[in-house]
Order: sequence, then C-alpha cells, then structure tokens
Amino acid sequence: MSNAAVPHQTSSSVPDAGWLRRALASDVFYSFRRSRLTMVAAAVTLLLFLLAIAAPLLAVQNPFDPAQLQLMNSRIEPLWTAEGQSPFLLGTDEQGRDVFSAILYGLRISLTVGVLGVVFSGALGILLGLVAGYFGGAIDSLIMRIADVQLTFPAILIALLVNGVAKSVFGNRLDAMSTLAVLVFAIGLSFWVQYARTVRGSVMVEKNKDYVAAAQLIGLPAHVIMLRHVLPNTMGPILVIATINLALAIITEATLSFLGAGMPDTMPSLGTLIRIGNNYLFSGEWWIVAFPGIALAALILSINLLGDWLRDALNPKLR
Amino acid sequence: MLAFTLRRAIQAIGVMIAVGIISFSMFRFAGDPVNQIVSIDTSAAERANIRASLGLDDPVLVQFTRYLVNAAQFKFGVSYQFRLPVADLLKERMPATLELATCATILAMIFGILMGVYCALRRDTLLAKLFQAVSLIGISLPTFLIGILLIYLFAVTLGWLPSFGRGDVVPIGWWTTGLLTLSGLKALILPSITLGLFQMTLIMRLVRAEMLEVLRTDYIRFARARGLTTRAIHFGHALKNTLVPVITVAGLQFGSVIAFAIITETVFQWPGMGLLFVQAVQNVDIPIMAAYLIMVSLIFVTINLVVDILYTVVDPRLRATVGHTT
Repeated sequence: MSNAAVPHQTSSSVPDAGWLRRALASDVFYSFRRSRLTMVAAAVTLLLFLLAIAAPLLAVQNPFDPAQLQLMNSRIEPLWTAEGQSPFLLGTDEQGRDVFSAILYGLRISLTVGVLGVVFSGALGILLGLVAGYFGGAIDSLIMRIADVQLTFPAILIALLVNGVAKSVFGNRLDAMSTLAVLVFAIGLSFWVQYARTVRGSVMVEKNKDYVAAAQLIGLPAHVIMLRHVLPNTMGPILVIATINLALAIITEATLSFLGAGMPDTMPSLGTLIRIGNNYLFSGEWWIVAFPGIALAALILSINLLGDWLRDALNPKLR
Repeated sequence: MLAFTLRRAIQAIGVMIAVGIISFSMFRFAGDPVNQIVSIDTSAAERANIRASLGLDDPVLVQFTRYLVNAAQFKFGVSYQFRLPVADLLKERMPATLELATCATILAMIFGILMGVYCALRRDTLLAKLFQAVSLIGISLPTFLIGILLIYLFAVTLGWLPSFGRGDVVPIGWWTTGLLTLSGLKALILPSITLGLFQMTLIMRLVRAEMLEVLRTDYIRFARARGLTTRAIHFGHALKNTLVPVITVAGLQFGSVIAFAIITETVFQWPGMGLLFVQAVQNVDIPIMAAYLIMVSLIFVTINLVVDILYTVVDPRLRATVGHTT
C-alpha cells in the first residue's frame, strides 16, 4: 500500500515520522485528497467524535444528573428565536434538560455502543471465520449453516429478541450501564455474520499459499499461524465492513432506544432523545426531536460516506 | 429437480426446528413461566399445582415435543400482558401488518422501477442525480426518523393526513381491511411510504445497474440495427429482462418488510403484529415474542423456499450449483 512513496524522500533521516510520511504519500491518502465529499464526511465524523469526547467541557449541565435539571427551565425555545434564553443554545425539553448538552452526552452513549458493538461483533465474527476457514470440515459447515440461517433474519429483529430475552433473564429493571452492555451484546450477536463470511473466504485462499505451508513446516501451532500470519492478510475488507457496520450499529442502537427497548430516559442516547422528543411534536416543541435527529442523521450519513470511500480506495480493481 | 426440491424442503424444515428450539428455550428458560402467571401471595402448593398443570415437571424433551406440536397447530400459549391466547392476538393484528407490507412493497416496486429506469436512460440529467441523492438518504437515514419527518410535514404542519392508527376498518370474515374506507386509505399513505422507502432505494439501484448492463448487450445492439423504435428497445427488450432479478429481490425482501414494519408500526401506532411484538419486548411478554419469532420465520422460510424452487424452474443452469453454494 505504501509503495508509492517518493524515492528522494529519505525516511531514514527522520525515523519517527517515517510512517506518517509514508501514509501521506500513499494511494489511499491520495484518493482521500481527491474526493471533497469524503473530506467533508471525515471532518463531520471527527467533529462529532470530538464533541462526544469533550462533552463535559462543552455542556452547560450534566443531563444524566437529575439534580441539575430545573423544571422552571422546561420547554425553552432555541436561542435564536424570540423566546430563547441563554445558556440554552438549542432549547430545553419538558424536564428542563438542555437539548445541546443532552445531544453531546447522547452522542457519547451512541458512539460507545456503536464502537463496542462493532468491536464485539468483529471479534466474534473474525474468530468464527478463522476457525471455519482454517479447519474446514464439520465445524466449518456448522458455523456457516448458522450464519446462513441468521442472514435471512434482519439484524434489528435479532437485536430485539436478544434484548427481550436478556431483560427477562436479568429482570426488567436493569440499571443504565447493564442496559448498555446488553445493547452491545445484542448488536454483536446481530452483526457477526458478515465478518465471519469474509474472513473465512480470505482464509481459504490464504491457507493454500506457501508462507502458511512454511509456517506449518517449522511447527508453529495453529492459533499462531491464524492470528499472526493469516489474519493480517485479511484485514483490508474487515476494515471496510467495520466502518459500514459502525453506521449500522449506531442505527440499530438508536432504533432499539427509539422503540423503548434500549437506553432508559435517565441516561438517554440519541435514539432515546428522539423517542422523548417525538411525544412533543404535536404540541409544537419541534426542537426537542429535531436537533437529536439532525445529529444522528449527520453521524450516520458521514460514516456511511467514509465507508463507501474506503471500500473503493482499498479495492485496487476499482482504481 | 425433485431431489433438489426435496433437499431444500428438508433444509427449510431443519431451520424451522432450530427456530422452534430457540423459541422453546426462550419460553421455558428465560424467566419462570409460573411467576408470570401467579401473584406474589400465591402459596407454594398452588404454585406446584400450576407447575404440574402446565406440564413444566415433565422431561425437557417431552415439553419440547409438546411445544412443537402445539406450535404447528398455532397454539402459542397465553400472553402475560393481555391474558388472551397469543394466536388470537396475532390473528387479530395480522391483517394490519400484511396490508401495510403489501402496500409498501407495491409502492416501492412502482417508484423504484420508474426511477431506476429513468436513472439508467437519462444518466446525466439533474433529475437522475437528484434520485441518486434521495437513494443515498433513503439508505442512510433510520426508518423512524423518516417517519417522524413525514408526520411533522404532512400531519402536524399541513394537517393533510392522519399521524397514527388505521382509520376506519371494515371486517370481512376474520380479516379486517382499511382499504375500503377513505380514512383507512388516508391512514395507509404515510406508513407505506416510510416502510417502502428503503425497498424503493434498493429496487431503484438494482434496476439502474441491471438496465445499464443489459443496454450494453449484443441483442440490444441488434435490436437497434433492426431499426426498432427506442421505446420498443428500452421497454420491450431491456426492461423486460431486468425484471426477473428485480421481482426476485422484491419477493425475498417481503419477509424483511414485515420485520421492518416493527419500526414503522411503532412510529405510526399502527395496530399490527410488529407493534404487538415491540410491546411484548418492552413488557417481557415471552409467549408473544416466541410466537412472533415462529410466525416471521415461517414466512421467511416459505418465501425463500418458493423463490429458490421457482428460480430453478425458470433457470435450469442453477439446478446443479445452488445446492452447494447456499
């Protein structure tokens, strides 16, 4: 990927910055610079991540702390309208919760669930795909048969079922952090199939190559060959799937929360905020639902655009 | 051909048994069924009686067989929330979901095909680019946001269409239909658009890609050489050949339309199976969740089986390979 480095730039003179220079000179970065839409999408994604990380510094209140909410401040309109009040930039909801602060903290929850969900489903899918592809035989057909069956069911249905069963096992009154864990688990179980199929396919190609035979000859154990030698050669497509699945995981979390099966009102994600705001749409308080909705849409759209670009950029056939 | 059909049918039955095991485990092991039925002050002896009368003391295998036999006769037990047989609840809700899903699929096919053909034939026009942008948004935005947006525009701001419910319905036997009353039809518009938008984008992209592919083939060039009119070439030859995969995809997607109706039905408070399922998840009503899983799986598996078999009837080349690749 880095063979496009310009020869007269001797990376040995500054060894620490060598990887950065190579990255900046790579084909992938070149195609990034060429696409203005991708740069905008990357900027928006970065901005939203930074907003989420810096939420405690930027928010005027902690929306998860009921003691900081005052009913006197309820249903204030956004700042630029006639009824707006400082410091509530995007207005407040019926509990006196600042919409801007709630979005920042909600963004944190949505991104946390999304990233952890992708990590979990990726780990599960990669592991099963490696095992299926490397060993083949009965274990391969068992894993792939489960994958086939699961693929016919929409992820949202599986996530809802996992969620409902978890609630039933642990009791209906889970605290917010356990709900978050359940959501990550539900999303992980819904999205592992694509990773498993892709990894299995690549492994079946890679395992017949000479370097795997060499590794086997010198007596390396199977797990070392799989993790250290085969897996790195399958990472390209996995990165693409992970990016697109981040958007899907965020949508799934938001949908579950919107359906009332996700994050509770006391610790709202973007989906929960939209569900709460939806109740006030008819009484004219449009800002309670509109701004969390815009934040969610911007997040998903920009991650999707990044994923699309990455798929094209990492696929040499399309260049 | 017969062997292939049989093999697919056995596979389908295998999937249904697997779904049955999951559904049974949910029913039996996720929470104690007795606790859901009795109140807190029921004595231990009474609990044991109920336990015995429900057959929960029998060996698991016996219970499972009984569950499957009952499920095959659409006996799914009693809902914890409503204290009514789950089968009756599903039967009452099913017409609403099926009408919505059918309407959404038809809308998606009509507009998806029209927009796809336009995008393929007039690739560089402004309108085609607009359609492409709309399709990107249709794929990216979550269904419930689109629903809320439509409600805000057409129900709250303009006041043209109702924002929730089915309107007036007319009973035909056990089926209830909203297609025969004005309020029913009006109530159907927004939910159908919301539910159909994703499928429409999918169909539009598929038609566009297939159409561009077909227009490059030799028989289209030959048709041009024969001096046929552009319209005859585009619609008589090209479109006709794109429709087979499109109808297949739309058919296969019908199952997921029914599943995605969960979201649309919640946004519009549409009294269908999906809303029932969401309420069951919220209130941990396991019998409804288990029954819904079985019903939806049955629909999915049936559609997949029928499409697979029809496909091999249409295209004999698939008979040798399909069994291995899927």
